[in-house]
Amino acid sequence: MEILASLGDGFWIALTWQNLLLALIGCFLGTVMGALPGLGPSNGVAILIPLAFTMGLPATPAMILLVSVYFGAMYGGRISSILLNIPGDEPAMMTCLDGYPMAQQGRAGEALALSGVASFVGAFLAIWGLAFLAPQLVKVALLFGPAEYFALYAMAFATLGGIASTNQAKAGFAAMLGLGIAMVGVDGQTGVPRFTFGEVHLYDGIDFLVAIVGLFALSEVFIFLEHRGEGSGAGKAKEVGIGRITPSFALLKHCTPTMLRGSVLGFVAGVLPGAGASLGSFLAYSTEKRLVDKKGTFGKGDPRGVAAPETGNNAAAGGALVPMLALGVPGSGTTAVLLAMLLALNITPGPLLFQNNPDVVWGLIAALFIGNFMLLAMNIPMVGLFVRVLMIPPRILMPIVAMVSFVGIYGISGSSFDLLVMVAFGVLGWGLRKLDVPLVPIILGVLLGNQMEANLRRAMTISDGDWGILVASPLAIGLWTIAVLGFVLPILVGGVLERRMHMRRDEESAISD
Amino acid sequence: MNDRVLGGIGLALAAFFIWQATLIELSFISDPVGPRTFPIIIAVCLALASLAMLVKPDAAPHWPKASRLFEIAVAAGVMVAYAILLPDLGFVITTAVAAAYLTWRLGTAPLWAIVAGLSTSLGIWVVFRLVLGLSLARGPLGF
Repeated sequence: MEILASLGDGFWIALTWQNLLLALIGCFLGTVMGALPGLGPSNGVAILIPLAFTMGLPATPAMILLVSVYFGAMYGGRISSILLNIPGDEPAMMTCLDGYPMAQQGRAGEALALSGVASFVGAFLAIWGLAFLAPQLVKVALLFGPAEYFALYAMAFATLGGIASTNQAKAGFAAMLGLGIAMVGVDGQTGVPRFTFGEVHLYDGIDFLVAIVGLFALSEVFIFLEHRGEGSGAGKAKEVGIGRITPSFALLKHCTPTMLRGSVLGFVAGVLPGAGASLGSFLAYSTEKRLVDKKGTFGKGDPRGVAAPETGNNAAAGGALVPMLALGVPGSGTTAVLLAMLLALNITPGPLLFQNNPDVVWGLIAALFIGNFMLLAMNIPMVGLFVRVLMIPPRILMPIVAMVSFVGIYGISGSSFDLLVMVAFGVLGWGLRKLDVPLVPIILGVLLGNQMEANLRRAMTISDGDWGILVASPLAIGLWTIAVLGFVLPILVGGVLERRMHMRRDEESAISD
Repeated sequence: MNDRVLGGIGLALAAFFIWQATLIELSFISDPVGPRTFPIIIAVCLALASLAMLVKPDAAPHWPKASRLFEIAVAAGVMVAYAILLPDLGFVITTAVAAAYLTWRLGTAPLWAIVAGLSTSLGIWVVFRLVLGLSLARGPLGF
């Protein structure tokens, strides 16, 4: 009941004209970004962070804007999956499998409407899950001391690579690179400069916003430059008729069990560290296929094959917010970017956030409920509008993305040096993506590096230099065990999930080519 | 092979990191761990990951042709020039040029690229300067 009361307060905070307007703008922009191939939730949110920051938005409105973009992108990704067979963002990959065949059968409108409802159901249930689970996790987090936090961060890095990458060495490499970058600057505890090479600009450290925007947004521009002229999907949408745009009641009823199962699986996948929305949609789809695909209709335009991944990825988006808000450890790339926003505003997530800034947490959750209804309203009747947005070719879009990134970063610091660092990160991000090194661990390392070190040193100060304190409590031992298992098991099992996901993708492109 | 190169770079980076970490001055009051230990732990883990890549590399990715690589390098160069010239020349001019170059290289016809560059620049300026009131770089012409 306490939770419902807090949620009620949250609605009072969220229901101001400014917040409602921001939620509306965020939902709209998010859907557009999700729909456009090349812009996904993580780089979409990354571009907007500096803007929200320079506009001087307080914490609650800023988070409402960004989280609306996040959820909007989860809705929007399906549009290009269904119409063009090109996932608008990574989690929407699985929606191609049955969405595009449905469109080819002239049922594109039906598929869009059904996936819109499925997105709504997944997100709606996941927000309830978030509202109830996050406060419970906070109670556990209150038992955490510095040593436990250090173990928790180690666990986040260890498990992050496990599911998301094919090669553990590369995930580890990326995490250490990120942590190393975080070490640049004046040491917070003793005040000595580290790795600054006498460059005054580096004394403050490398701003994580600069790193994020460079790695996520600029590297995308380079990827498009590399693949210029290899055919894009723009213009294909015209060939496919949209058809009726409302789902029939019978169809919704037929898909309801699928949506409920997808929501639960997606939410759990989201809460797990490092998994995120792509895993959510993958799990939901493959489980559903195993459970109900008796006649072999999955992959040939089965509506349930559209509903399952869409509920899965939207529910995962909600689930991923749980560890981010309650522990300060993000469960996915986009939540890592959201964490950057909180840190930039000097708000540390975790139990203290729930104690000191309950308005941020509950206002945010309430805004998610409101935004979710807005998204449903936008994504069913107005889906035609977004389809038209898909006609913007990347050759126009990508320069705009690059320039807006520059504007945002320059707006924060007004320094050319930061822009140069951002370009360097853009090139680095491109190279690492070519080599299949995941970027999310780098971001997480840059974000959490200083906290991780501070907790280690705090723990060691308490124990007066005895390293044994790191494994002194059952909680810490438990976290270390999960960390080791999370790192070692994928090596033994061999990134099976990821390989299967890629395999699906390859099969899929083989068909479409 | 590519992974071996990356692993080699990683090892060199780790060595450099440890060397630089040992050069960090210690202040006379310090906590038991000090400012050097954590960076060294990171570098050791980095070296281990790099070694693993050296021992067991993945298949090489598909690299673009040399002309494309050159193109990416030039685009990065344009962005660097943009970053340096922005405070001197002002937002609208530099952005128009950079956006026009990028959209041209991404396949817009040259004349249309100029139009697209100008409209991108003016559009961003109107939205961010006039509507949102952000401070963008002001050049000699005041915009």
